[in-house]
Amino acid sequence: MLLIHCPYCGQRPELEFRHGGQAHVARPADPSATSIDEWADYLYLRENPKGLHAERWRHVHGCGRFFNALRDTTTDVFVSTYRCGEPRPDGGSAR
Amino acid sequence: MINLASAGLVAAPESRRWVLRGHAVAMAAAGAAFGSPLPTRAGEVAQAASSIADTARAALWLGPDEVWFITPVEDGAALEGALRTALAAVPHALVDISHRQVGLLLQGTDPAWLLNAVCPLDLSLAAFPVNCCTRTLFNKAEIVLWRTGPAAFRLETGRSFSGYVVGLLAEIAREQAA
Repeated sequence: MLLIHCPYCGQRPELEFRHGGQAHVARPADPSATSIDEWADYLYLRENPKGLHAERWRHVHGCGRFFNALRDTTTDVFVSTYRCGEPRPDGGSAR
Repeated sequence: MINLASAGLVAAPESRRWVLRGHAVAMAAAGAAFGSPLPTRAGEVAQAASSIADTARAALWLGPDEVWFITPVEDGAALEGALRTALAAVPHALVDISHRQVGLLLQGTDPAWLLNAVCPLDLSLAAFPVNCCTRTLFNKAEIVLWRTGPAAFRLETGRSFSGYVVGLLAEIAREQAA
């Protein structure tokens, strides 16, 4: 079974986790000054990369915490996991 | 109803349980009321003497800001009173979950083998030592697992899941016996 490293609990079986979508999607600071297209982009448009992808994951059947993970979408390898608020470790941008 | 004994289970003594959510300030205040500093490391269990002779209250680390208290029902009023008083001035959430949960004591020759039939956690003594606890999955049911001895576990599961957990454990115990 795939093991995922929870930043709070350590290596845990993948069954305990839920995927939470793309990470580092920042809400526009001033929504009323944002154009309708930018807002639609923020709401609906997500990356679909082949390769490294920064994602939110939740250890729902463990500590219950959200964290971020860098996963390779072609090999399903978790390159690293890190706590929310920390920068993406490979320096790549989310968008 | 499935016989508990056929699954190597004993019902835990009637208990009161609370879940405490809060930051370090709330945890420190609650620790003073509890009688021992609350656990801060993942999977740690802290125990303290309860107000009833020869019994203990336990505090289980289940998340970075989440601790469960489990204590015999006779100690419940004393512990809850102490916690509510100590936490009165601190932002926190202390919720009574006594009746949501069912406690089961799993003993026998190799209880880790029984659990590992449907629970993928590493339950070796090196990885999951005595007085280690965690929330995890028992096949489809969420459980809280607390190792109380080298060959003894306490399972806490939702009341509505208990029939499923006990029935499945009984099936696995039949396989172990075969």
